[in-house]
Amino acid sequence: MTHLTHNPDLTSSVIYGLGWVYLLMFLMNAYWTRRSYALDGNCRLSLGGILGKGEQIPVAAFWAVYAGMLLMIAITHLTGWKNPQQFSLQMPEFLKEPINRASNPVAFFIGSTTIYVLMIVLRKWWTTPTAGWILLNLSILFLALSVTDYDFRQIVGKPDNVPIVAMLYIVGFFTWLYFKKSVDNDERKAAGRPLFEQENNEKVLTWPDLVYSELICMVLVTAVLIAWGIVLQAPLEEPASAAKTPNPSKAPWYFLGLQEMLVYFDPWMAGVVLPSVILVGLMAVPYIDFNKAGNGYYTFNERKFAVSTFLFGFLPLWVAMIVLGTFLRGPNWNFFSPYEFWDVHKLELLNNINLSELFWIKGLGRPLPVVPPGATFAQQAPIILLREWLGLVGVAFYLVVLPNIMAATVFKKFYVKMGFLRYMVLANLMLMMMSLPIKMVLRWAVNLKYIVAIPEWFFNI
Amino acid sequence: MSVGDYIRGSQIWKSIFRHPAPVDRRNRVVVMLTNFFLHLHPVSIKQQGIALSYTWCMGGITFFLFLVETITGVLLMFYYRPTLEFAFNDILALRDVTTLGIMREVHRWSAHAMVITVWLHMYRVFLTGSYKPPREFNWVIGVLLLVLTLLLSFTGYLLPWDQLAIWAITVGSNMARATPFLGYEGPGAQLLNIGGYDLITNGSDARFLLLGSRFVGEATLNRFYILHCVAIPLVVSLLIAIHFWRVRKDGGISQPL
Repeated sequence: MTHLTHNPDLTSSVIYGLGWVYLLMFLMNAYWTRRSYALDGNCRLSLGGILGKGEQIPVAAFWAVYAGMLLMIAITHLTGWKNPQQFSLQMPEFLKEPINRASNPVAFFIGSTTIYVLMIVLRKWWTTPTAGWILLNLSILFLALSVTDYDFRQIVGKPDNVPIVAMLYIVGFFTWLYFKKSVDNDERKAAGRPLFEQENNEKVLTWPDLVYSELICMVLVTAVLIAWGIVLQAPLEEPASAAKTPNPSKAPWYFLGLQEMLVYFDPWMAGVVLPSVILVGLMAVPYIDFNKAGNGYYTFNERKFAVSTFLFGFLPLWVAMIVLGTFLRGPNWNFFSPYEFWDVHKLELLNNINLSELFWIKGLGRPLPVVPPGATFAQQAPIILLREWLGLVGVAFYLVVLPNIMAATVFKKFYVKMGFLRYMVLANLMLMMMSLPIKMVLRWAVNLKYIVAIPEWFFNI
Repeated sequence: MSVGDYIRGSQIWKSIFRHPAPVDRRNRVVVMLTNFFLHLHPVSIKQQGIALSYTWCMGGITFFLFLVETITGVLLMFYYRPTLEFAFNDILALRDVTTLGIMREVHRWSAHAMVITVWLHMYRVFLTGSYKPPREFNWVIGVLLLVLTLLLSFTGYLLPWDQLAIWAITVGSNMARATPFLGYEGPGAQLLNIGGYDLITNGSDARFLLLGSRFVGEATLNRFYILHCVAIPLVVSLLIAIHFWRVRKDGGISQPL
C-alpha cells in the first residue's frame, strides 16, 4: 500500500511552505519597519569611517532592508518549489556541525535551565518590544533554516509533531507576555502607582463586551481548525500489528516528558509515582502557597519563589523534556542531534553502575552480598538491606532528614509561617521535583544507575 | 411594517425570545438573565476579567474545543466501528473516500490543541495567582479536568488502530504494570499473596484493568472506545459545570472578593 508510507518525503511541500513563512515574515517586518520609523528615531551609520563622519539614517532602514530580503526569498520559494533543491537559504554546515557535536542530553538540560535562569534575571531586558521582536525573528529563522536539513524536517514535519512546534511559540509568547506585564506592575508598585489591573477596571455589560469577543474567538478558532485540517492530514500508519514493534516506540507526545524520565527512573517511579506526585502537588498548590500577594494581577517580585518554582517545573522539566523526547530521541531511545539521521544501528555504551556496586566493589574492594537463589522473603531481606544500606540511608536522609535541615536553615521563614504539616508537604514536593535533575546529574557525573537497586522486589530508585 | 418587524412581532418569535433585541441597556441586561446559554455569564463584569491580554482566553478556547470535539466526535461515531475488523479500514475510508472525512482531522487537531490550551489556561491561572482564596477548590477541579483531558486524548489515540496507535498505548500502559502493589512488576506486589498464590498477576493487575487484556487487543479497543466516547466525557461535563459554577460563586475568574 504505497499510500501508507509513514515517512513521505516532505521536501517540496516544505520548500513551498517556507515560501509562505518568509512571506508572512516579510509582512510582519514590513509592519515593524513602519512602527520603527514612527518610534525608533535615527542612528549614525559610518561603516567604520568609510562614510566619513557618517550619515543620519532611521533605524527603520535596517528593518526595511531585512524585510525586503525576506520578500525576495519568499518569491523564490513560492515560484521554485517544484525543484527539490530549491532552498534559497540553507542552514550552513558551519552551524550544523557544532550544533550536532554539542548536542547531548547534558547540554540540552543545562541549556534549557540556563535559558530559564536568564529569562528571570534578564526579564527587564528581553520583554521590551524590540528585544521580543528580534527573538521572535531569530527563532523563526532558526526553524526555517533547520527544516532545510532533511533529517530535521522528517522528524519535525510529522503531523503529530507540528502542534509541539506551535506550542513552543505559544508558550514562549505567553511567558514573554507574563514577564512584560510583571515588570510593568513591579515598576508601578515601586513608584507607588496603581497596578495595571487596577486601572481601567470598571464594570461593563457582558453583552456586548464579552459575548462578542467570545463569538469572534469561536469563529477564529473554527477557521484555524479547518485550515489546519486541510493543510495537514491526520497521521495513519500501517494497520496495527502486535508482531512488528516500531523502533522507537513512543507514547503520545504529551507523555514524552514522562517517557524521557524512564532514562533515569524505573517505570514505577517515572510512570506512576512521579506523575502522581505532580498531580497531587498541583492540587496542593493553593493550600501551600500562603502568600496573599499577587492575587489577580501579574507580578514577579511579590511571588518570586512560587513563580520560579512553577516555571522551573513547567519549562525545563515539562515542555523541554517533551521536546527532547519527541525530536531528539530516536531508535532505542538513543539521543540524536537535531540534524542527525536516526540510525537504528547507532550504539551507545551504557556502563551504568549502581550505588551499591560503587560502595562494595569500588569502595571496599569486596563482592556484593549475594542473595541465594530460591531464598524466601525473610531470608532475602537482611542480605538485601545490607547490600543496599547506603542508598536506603541516602534516600531516607533525602526525604526525611533533609526537610528538617531546610526548615532550620534556608526555609526557616516558610516553616514558621506554614506550620509543620504544610511545610512538610511543600518540602517533599520540592524534593521530589528536584529528584529528576539530581538523578540526571548523578548519571552524567558518575554513570550512576540506581541509588537503591533491589530488582528482586522491583524496587529500584 | 417590514418583514423583520412582522417576524419579531409574531407569537412564535416572542415565545422564544421574551424581550426586544439587546440594543439598549435594559435589554442587554435582560438577555443575559433570560437566555439559557448566556446565563452562565454574569450580567456585568469587571473589565480586567475579560481583557484578552489578562485572561489569554485559554479557558474559553478549551471549552470551545471540548464542544468541537463533542460535535465532530459524534459525527465520527456514526461512521466508525470499534472492532478489529473495521476500525482501521473505517479510518482509512474517512481519509480517502468519505464526504466530510476532514472531521477526523478537525477532531485530532482539536484534541492536540485542547491539551495545549488546558496547559496555557493553568499557566495563566497560576501566574495571576487566581488559585488563591477563595478559589482554591476550583483549581483542584481544574487539575482533575487536566487529567481527564489527557485521558480523553490518550484513549482516543488508540481508536485508529494503526501502528502509531497500538504502540503508543502499549508504551503508555506498560507503566501501569509497575504500579506499586497493584502492578505485577511493581514493588510490593509480591507481598500480596495468600498461601503462596499471588493476587497480583498479569491477568489481575492495574494494567489488565486498563486494557481488559494482557496486551493491547480487541478488549482494549472496546474499553477505550467507551471510555473515550461516553464515560470520560460524562465526568468531564459534570466537572466543567462545577468549574463554571464555582467561577460565578467565587466572584469571577480572578482577584480577591
